[in-house]
Amino acid sequence: MSSLTVDEAPQAASHVHYLNVKFGVKSWLFTTDHKRIALLYLASITFFFFVGGAAAVLMRLHLLTPGGLLVEPATYNKLFTVHGILMVFFFLIPAIPAVLGNFLVPMMIGARDLAFPKLNLLSWYVYILGGLFTLYAVVAGGVDTGWTFYTPYSSTYSNSHVIAAALGIFITGFSSILTGLNFIVTIHKMRAPGLTWFRLPLFIWAIYATSIIFILGTPVLAITIVLVALERLFHIGVFDPALGGDPILFQHMFWFYSHPAVYIMILPGMGVESELITCFSRKKIFGYKFVAMSSLGIALLGFLVWGHHMFVSGQSMYAGMVFSILSYLVAVPSAVKVFNWTATLYKGSISYDAPMLYALGFIGLFTMGGVTGMFLASLGVNVHVHDTYFVIAHFHYIMVGGMVMAYLGGIHFWWPKISGRMYPQGWARFAALVIFVGFNLTFFPQYILGFLGMPRRYAVYPAEFQVLNVMSSAGASILGVGYLIPLIYFIWSMRYGPVASANPWNAKGLEWQTPSPPPTENFEEIPVVTEEAYDYPVREAQVA
Amino acid sequence: MPEELAATAHQFEDLAQQHEADELGMWVFLGTEVMFFGGLFLGYTVYRHVYFGAFEAGSHLLDLLLGAVNTSVLIASSFTMALSVYAAQKGRKKTLITCLILTMILGSVFLGIKGVEYGQKFHHHLVPGYDFNPEGNFPAHMSLYFSFYFIMTGMHALHMIVGEGLLLVVLILAAKNRFTAAHHATVEVVGIYWHFVDIIWIFLFPLLYLIGGR
Repeated sequence: MSSLTVDEAPQAASHVHYLNVKFGVKSWLFTTDHKRIALLYLASITFFFFVGGAAAVLMRLHLLTPGGLLVEPATYNKLFTVHGILMVFFFLIPAIPAVLGNFLVPMMIGARDLAFPKLNLLSWYVYILGGLFTLYAVVAGGVDTGWTFYTPYSSTYSNSHVIAAALGIFITGFSSILTGLNFIVTIHKMRAPGLTWFRLPLFIWAIYATSIIFILGTPVLAITIVLVALERLFHIGVFDPALGGDPILFQHMFWFYSHPAVYIMILPGMGVESELITCFSRKKIFGYKFVAMSSLGIALLGFLVWGHHMFVSGQSMYAGMVFSILSYLVAVPSAVKVFNWTATLYKGSISYDAPMLYALGFIGLFTMGGVTGMFLASLGVNVHVHDTYFVIAHFHYIMVGGMVMAYLGGIHFWWPKISGRMYPQGWARFAALVIFVGFNLTFFPQYILGFLGMPRRYAVYPAEFQVLNVMSSAGASILGVGYLIPLIYFIWSMRYGPVASANPWNAKGLEWQTPSPPPTENFEEIPVVTEEAYDYPVREAQVA
Repeated sequence: MPEELAATAHQFEDLAQQHEADELGMWVFLGTEVMFFGGLFLGYTVYRHVYFGAFEAGSHLLDLLLGAVNTSVLIASSFTMALSVYAAQKGRKKTLITCLILTMILGSVFLGIKGVEYGQKFHHHLVPGYDFNPEGNFPAHMSLYFSFYFIMTGMHALHMIVGEGLLLVVLILAAKNRFTAAHHATVEVVGIYWHFVDIIWIFLFPLLYLIGGR
C-alpha cells in the first residue's frame, strides 16, 4: 500500500474532493467535515495572529526611544495585554491542534472523521464566540491586567474591561476542552485495522498528550476565571485580602493551568517536528518509543512545575526548591526529543525544502529557549532576571521560535494535501530565512536587555538600553515582513499554484495515500496498516 | 426494531464502536468536570484550613434537615436513573419512561428544596457580596464560607439543571421509540452524567453541612 502514492498527478484536481463537493457559505458554516472545520480554524486563527501581531508591532515601535514614541503608558499596558491574550488563547493554543490536528488526526489514523463531528463544529463556534467577547473588550477600551490577570489588580483595582476579556477566555476554553475530548476518543476508538499504538505517527502521540492537558488543565482555568469574575462583580472575597482571601491562591490556580498550557503550546509543534525531520531525512525516526513517551512525560511533568512562576511571590523556600528541581526534570524528555531528532538527521539523506528549513530552525531556537528555561528554573538566577526581558526572550524562543516555526513548517508540509496546490519553493525558502533572521534579531537582544535588568511591561526605559531596543524593533519589522510573505503566496497558490500530487514529498503516513485534496470520506476504503511508522527504505551505501 | 432507527453515524464502522466512543467521550468529559470542581475544592480546603472556626460557625447556620432530605432525594434519583438504564438495556419502553419521569421529578424536588434553602439565606442576610449582615456575633471571614457555599452548591445546581434538560431529551427520544435493547447509548451516557452530579453532592454535603460535628 505504500507503493500507491506517486504520480497520479495531472488530473488530480479534477476528482471530487472535500473542497469542491459543495459550494457556498452555508456549506462551510454548517459543515461537519473535520477538514473544512480545520480550514475555518485556519482562517480565524490567522486573523487573530495578525491582530495580535499588530499589537506587537505597535509596542516595538513605541520602544524605539527611551521615553516611548507612540502611546500613553496606560495604552501600552493594554497593548501588551491584547498581544498576550490573543496570541496565547486565540493563536498558540488552538494553532496546531485545531488546524493541523483537526485536518490530520482522522487521516493519520485511517478514520473517516473525528468521533464527534458536530461537537467539532460546535467547538469552532465556541472559539469564535470567545473571540468576539475578547475583541469587544479590546474595542470597548481594552484590558490592562496583562494576559495573566493577577489578583487583586484584576479583581478589584483595574478600571478596564476585565470581565469581557475573561469571559472570552472562559468561553474559548470550552473549545479547547471539546477539541481535546474529540481527539482522545478518536485516537482511542477509531484507529484503522493494524494501526497499533506504537505504529501511530508521532504527531498523533503529541496531539494525544496535548489533549490530556486540554481536558485536565483547561477546566481549572475556567473555574479560576469564574472566581475572578465573581470577585469583581460581587466582591465575594475569595482573592481579596481585606475579606480574608488570598491573592496568591489565584496565582497557584492560574499557573496550574497556564504552565501546562505552555506545553499545549509546544507539544504539538514537537509532533510536527518529528514528522518533518524524519520525512526530509528519508530515515526512520531515531528512538520512536522514546520520542512518543517523552510527549506523555512532558504532559505529566508539566502539571508539577507551576510554582516556578512564583519564586518571588512569597511561597515557601522549600516549595521553591521542589518546584525548581521538578522544573529541571522537564528538560529530560525535552532533551530526549532534541537528541533523537538530531540522531535522525545523522547520515540521513537530507533535503532542504521549505518545511525542513522551518524544522531545522525549530531545533536551534527551541534548544536556546529550553536552555534559558533552565536558567530560569534555578532559584538564584530566577530572582535576578525575574520579570525582565530575559523571561520575555525565553518564552518567545519557545513559543515563536518553537511553536510558530513548527506551525509554519507544518502548514508548508501539508499545504499540498490541504489545498491540492504547491506553493513557490523559492519564495517559501526565502520567507523561512527572513523569519529566522528577523526572529533572532528581535529576541536575542532581549536576553541581554533582561540580563542587564530591563523589566518587562514598562512603557519607558533608561537611555543606555536604547541600542538593544532599536535592534529588537528592527528585527520585529523584518519578522513582520517574513510572516506576510507566506500569507501572500499561500493565497496565490490556491488559485495559481501547480497542482500537487497525492504525495509530493514521498512521505510515509496514511494521509499521503489518499488524493490531494482528499475526498470528504478521506479514504475510498479504510486502509489496513501492516508496517511501522516512518518505514523509509534503508540506504545500503550509508549503512556501511 | 427497524434498522434505520439504530443507524451508525458515517464516521464509525459499526454500532458497537459508536457506543464505545460515546461512553468514552462522557467519561473524558467527567474528567474535565472533576478538575473544574477540583479548583473549588482546593479553594475550599485552603480557607477551611486557615479559618476553621468561621467555617464551622457558618456550617452550623445551614439547615441540616433540608440538606439531609435533599441528599436522600438525590440518592433516590440515582436509583431511578440506574433503573432507567436497566430498562433501556432490556428494551422495556414503559418502565424506561416511568423511571425517567421519576428521576426528573426527584431532581426537581432537589432543586426546589435547594431554592428554599437559598431563600432562607437571603432572609437571614447570609449572602456575601449582596447582603451579608448576620445577626449576633459571628467570626471574622465567615463570609468566605458562604461564598464557597453559594459557588459550590450553585455550580452543582447548574449541573443539575443541565441534567434535567438532558433527561428531557432522553425522555422525548424514548417516547419516539428511538431506543432499542441494542441501541441505547444515549440513555447510558446521560445516566453516567447524572450519577456524577450526584456524587459531587455526596462530597458537598459533608464538606458544607457537617463541619465540626453538631
